[in-house]
Amino acid sequence: MEDFFIRAMLAGVGIALVGGPLGCFLVWRRQAFFGAALSHSALLGVVLGLLLGINLTVAIFVLCLLLAILLVWLERQRLLASDTLLGILAHSALALGLVALAFIEGIRVDLLSYLFGDVLAVSVEDLIVIYALVIVTITALTLIWRSFLSSTVNEDLAEVEGVPVTRARLVFTLLIAGTIAVGMKIVGILLIISLLIIPAAAARRLSATPEQMAVIAAIIGVLSVVAGLFGSLRWDIPAGPAIVVAATACFVTIMAWPRRRTPHPR
Amino acid sequence: MRGAKTRMVTEDKGDTLIEARGLSVRLSGRLILDNVDLRVSRGEIVTLVGLNGSGKSTLVRTILGLMTPDSGNVVRAPGLRIGFSPQHIDRDPTLPITVARFLTLGTRAPRSRLQTLLGEIGASAVLDSPLAELSGGELHRVVLARALLRQPDLLVLDEPLAGVDVSSQSELYRLIADVRDRYGYGVLLVSHDLHVVMAATDTVICLNRHVCCTGHPRSVAQDPQFVSLFGKHVAETLAVYTHHHDHRHDVAGEPVPVDEAKRSSSLGP
Repeated sequence: MEDFFIRAMLAGVGIALVGGPLGCFLVWRRQAFFGAALSHSALLGVVLGLLLGINLTVAIFVLCLLLAILLVWLERQRLLASDTLLGILAHSALALGLVALAFIEGIRVDLLSYLFGDVLAVSVEDLIVIYALVIVTITALTLIWRSFLSSTVNEDLAEVEGVPVTRARLVFTLLIAGTIAVGMKIVGILLIISLLIIPAAAARRLSATPEQMAVIAAIIGVLSVVAGLFGSLRWDIPAGPAIVVAATACFVTIMAWPRRRTPHPR
Repeated sequence: MRGAKTRMVTEDKGDTLIEARGLSVRLSGRLILDNVDLRVSRGEIVTLVGLNGSGKSTLVRTILGLMTPDSGNVVRAPGLRIGFSPQHIDRDPTLPITVARFLTLGTRAPRSRLQTLLGEIGASAVLDSPLAELSGGELHRVVLARALLRQPDLLVLDEPLAGVDVSSQSELYRLIADVRDRYGYGVLLVSHDLHVVMAATDTVICLNRHVCCTGHPRSVAQDPQFVSLFGKHVAETLAVYTHHHDHRHDVAGEPVPVDEAKRSSSLGP
């Protein structure tokens, strides 16, 4: 097996490992669209990074955070429903990114690789960054797990019971922004959130506890990455979309599986 | 961010658990609460009544520190533990969580204690049920159980009887009064269900953005402001309202004698 293929595999597996649990929280909190909005704006981060000559991952991370802060602020103004705000922000940030990209002269930019990923160009440095993210994310999630789960079930109740609700939400937003910034390279801006959402949704029917769902989502994500990459190699198809198609196939298979009739516990 | 800005002064003031002074809250320019005072003492049941939009929930949220008042302040007894039952628990079926897990999200407790507590509330059958599959009435009992599990000084129950059928309402309400008698919890209750609630309340606060009247249920029911707000008919039935039961119902609807239920109870600390 070629080196670039092994690097791609390791990178994809790393993103899938953190994507599983993070995706579960996005699904439980009904924030799938929030995640998508943040990732769409990542292109603007790429452009700013190129213009300012700073590291693209850092640029995307910072831009996602700024956007998340802007969203929270706009939501507090109560001018528009939050899904409308997300729709406006997501697509205007994407359009702004595309327009700004057109103005950059002298740099040949492979737009498709940003939009849909370029998993086969993963370097050793990328791998180090990805696995640093994996360690940080899993550690942080473990630390906030109990309080964040409680505030996901009911934020008011959690806050009255003394849970640091805002801090947990902030940590979660940081982790999502980090995953978008690092994972963009693998499946691209347009598809990164699907690698979080689809495995989590697929895992629901197989899980009896939140922890089970997080682990199963990570496993489904890893399987999707492996299947997608081999499919990409075998049929010469783009890797990012192949991974997402594999995840979707997992989801459809699990949903279509006949439900085992369990006697009601009562 | 939210709540952190609320000024929470703690000072020792005898049996007062929580006291709000001169609370005013504006939401997008509209005055929702106007100079509201409220106090709950140890062992006291205070019921907040008022029509829709009278600011009941806003007052509860402000007292809990979930909202910041534009003026006024909330004083808590030092180390006050609050057990809270919110009006709505939005359950997402994508989150696989059982009742047992839900109960212990706030306070760790052994399974036996959860079982006893739910038995006390007449919902022992649901311990391992998925939270998303509970009926409205079962959910209210479970949320109440989570509040009681904290062994609180103060119970704050926002519409705890909504969705509970009428015969269970009086029984659940008696349970709240019973807990108060045994452990001296203070209780702040928000309710629409005037009949059931007023029977065992110590103090009624009738809210209509401002406190329009306050006092013992009987005197409040005769207050002209209360009569004009809720209508003559409601006020008259409340004034003569007394209610006796020789049995209660468990969650399956089976009658359970009150005496026996009390003997076998081991609720609270």
